[in-house]
Amino acid sequence: MRKILAALLLVCMICGAAVADDEIIKVGIFNCLTGQNAFGGQLELEGTQLAHSLFPEIAGKKVELVIVDNKSDKVEAANAVTRLIENDKVNAIIGTYGSSLAMAGGEVAEKAGIPVIGTSCTNPLVTQGKKFYFRVCFIDPFQGAGAATYAFKNLGAKRAATLIDISNDYSVGLGKFFRDSFKKMGGEIVANLNYQTGDTDFTAQLTSLIAANPEVVFLPAYFAEGAIVLKQAKELGATFRFIGADAMDNPEIVTLGGDAVEGFLHTTFAYDPSMPEMNPVAKAFTEEWNKIHPDKAPNVNCALGYDCYIMLKDAIERAGSTDPAKIRDALETVKDLPTVTGMTTINATHDAEKDMGIVEIRDGKKTFIGIVKPEV
Amino acid sequence: MNLNIFVQHFINALSLGSLYGLVAVGYTMVYGILRLINFAHGDIFMLGAYFVYFATIVYALPWAVGVVIAIILTTICGLLVDRIAYKPLREAPRISALISAIGVSFFIENFAVVVFTGMPRPVVQPKILMTPIILPGDVRVIPLGILVPVVAFILVGALLWLLYKTKPGLAMRAISFDIEATRMLGVSVNKIIALAFGLGSALAAVAGIMWALRYPRVEPFMGMTPGIKAFIAAVFGGIGSVPGAMIGGLILGFVEIMSVAFFPTLSGYKDAFAFLLLILILLFRPTGLLGEKLEDKI
Repeated sequence: MRKILAALLLVCMICGAAVADDEIIKVGIFNCLTGQNAFGGQLELEGTQLAHSLFPEIAGKKVELVIVDNKSDKVEAANAVTRLIENDKVNAIIGTYGSSLAMAGGEVAEKAGIPVIGTSCTNPLVTQGKKFYFRVCFIDPFQGAGAATYAFKNLGAKRAATLIDISNDYSVGLGKFFRDSFKKMGGEIVANLNYQTGDTDFTAQLTSLIAANPEVVFLPAYFAEGAIVLKQAKELGATFRFIGADAMDNPEIVTLGGDAVEGFLHTTFAYDPSMPEMNPVAKAFTEEWNKIHPDKAPNVNCALGYDCYIMLKDAIERAGSTDPAKIRDALETVKDLPTVTGMTTINATHDAEKDMGIVEIRDGKKTFIGIVKPEV
Repeated sequence: MNLNIFVQHFINALSLGSLYGLVAVGYTMVYGILRLINFAHGDIFMLGAYFVYFATIVYALPWAVGVVIAIILTTICGLLVDRIAYKPLREAPRISALISAIGVSFFIENFAVVVFTGMPRPVVQPKILMTPIILPGDVRVIPLGILVPVVAFILVGALLWLLYKTKPGLAMRAISFDIEATRMLGVSVNKIIALAFGLGSALAAVAGIMWALRYPRVEPFMGMTPGIKAFIAAVFGGIGSVPGAMIGGLILGFVEIMSVAFFPTLSGYKDAFAFLLLILILLFRPTGLLGEKLEDKI
């Protein structure tokens, strides 16, 4: 805490000294550096900082990062953005992990007319109706469609089912989009079962699923419940395959699920240090990251933090100006930009359209097995 | 639904229901003797599961040893709770003890978050208990699913024997009738109550261990839902009645599993069925299936 305060103080002092300087581009970062989401927010910040250290100048002007902690709290998120805009007079903002935080901060930036690039806030509502909010991540409907595409095309499944956490918007949304696109491709949804966050007994749902005899079951769960579901499915002798989404992207799933998670598939962003063939941007990112952090491997959050900066750099260069409104216009036309997580294109709703990765658990390890182009 | 699937649902229900019953037995026993709804029961249950996790995974002890140690440690915790939070309130109105129980519950949960962190942790499941036995029609039973009801029925039997055939049991029943009169008869009331609490905590530990085996993950809030479900089971069977709690647990397990089996579209609302059951019982049979007659104590 004291460190962060000191850092903030330092930032304030630097900013105070440089207010009148036109030659500096100020990029605000609001992310969760403390509180319950700190794990993700910290990694994203480190990703952005890595990009900044590699490209300290954009279009010949020095870039300065102004870092503010939103403390994983909605009220603090709005305050953090207000501070960045009113005190620090930033040109653009990067952040944050957590869709509800992004929504709280987004309102403020929207009124002030400062462009924001979201790191990993995947809820569709974050950019809905917003002129100034963009993001480098894909959104939940896209991911549901991607899982359906993989099940139908790559696994050749014709019969699918879903098992949804009915008390979680993320899970409900993904399940709906999976069913819609699986049916659109010509597959059949044979069952849709539900449970609630905190449930521990899934035997009734699983027995009903076994009776419906699907080939694939889509399970957009959080890892703690997901691992238990997989275990009980094995005990009941289920023969169908499970596909999950990015909330299952946690190494703990193997510790909790043991050998029952073997062969489990999940969708995620198209970056993992275990990828056999990386694009040049991802390769450079991984090498540079390993130089600075030899003790920890990069993950998807680090990559997304990095990509935000790359996208902002591209927009400022094409805009030829540091005027927030012009940066915004340039962000709207990002197309096929090479980033760590694949080619990024910003669509009409300000969401990134990019490839999606598929990971399988093999021999107790996350293995990146390929890239999917969702057919929405 | 064909017969095989129905039989599988039936077995799942038996396994879940006897777990609920096992948690409810300890709950109802403490109530039967002290007239105290021990809201901390689910949290004592959680401690039991954590102790077995530490014994078997962190200290790598054999299962049987780990289970015994976990039961002993949980019993000590239960006695401490009684000594610190309930004993000073023995003469106070019953509502004070109830509020104290809620406080204890919150304290243990949050203490566990601080000490154990909120991260769920895996529990080792002995292979022998988990390898499914395949019956005709591809119906699968895991040996644990048989062990749980067997343990539950043995414990209920032992508890009934203790309550109705031994001196301390007689004293416990006397306390539940009239604590003052019992004291006047020369019974060491506090010792007997401590014994009841120790027993209740040991039962919670057994239930916690079985639960952690069946759903192999421990976390600080794992006792909340089983605690509420056990409360429903205990009220359903008639709170205070040991066999009633077991029957209540089994019925609750069947209601939950069969609601999903027959109404798959409502499968997210199986808890709603459980609470609906509670409301109906309270409306039409406030003393439960095997409950004693309601009497006003002045």
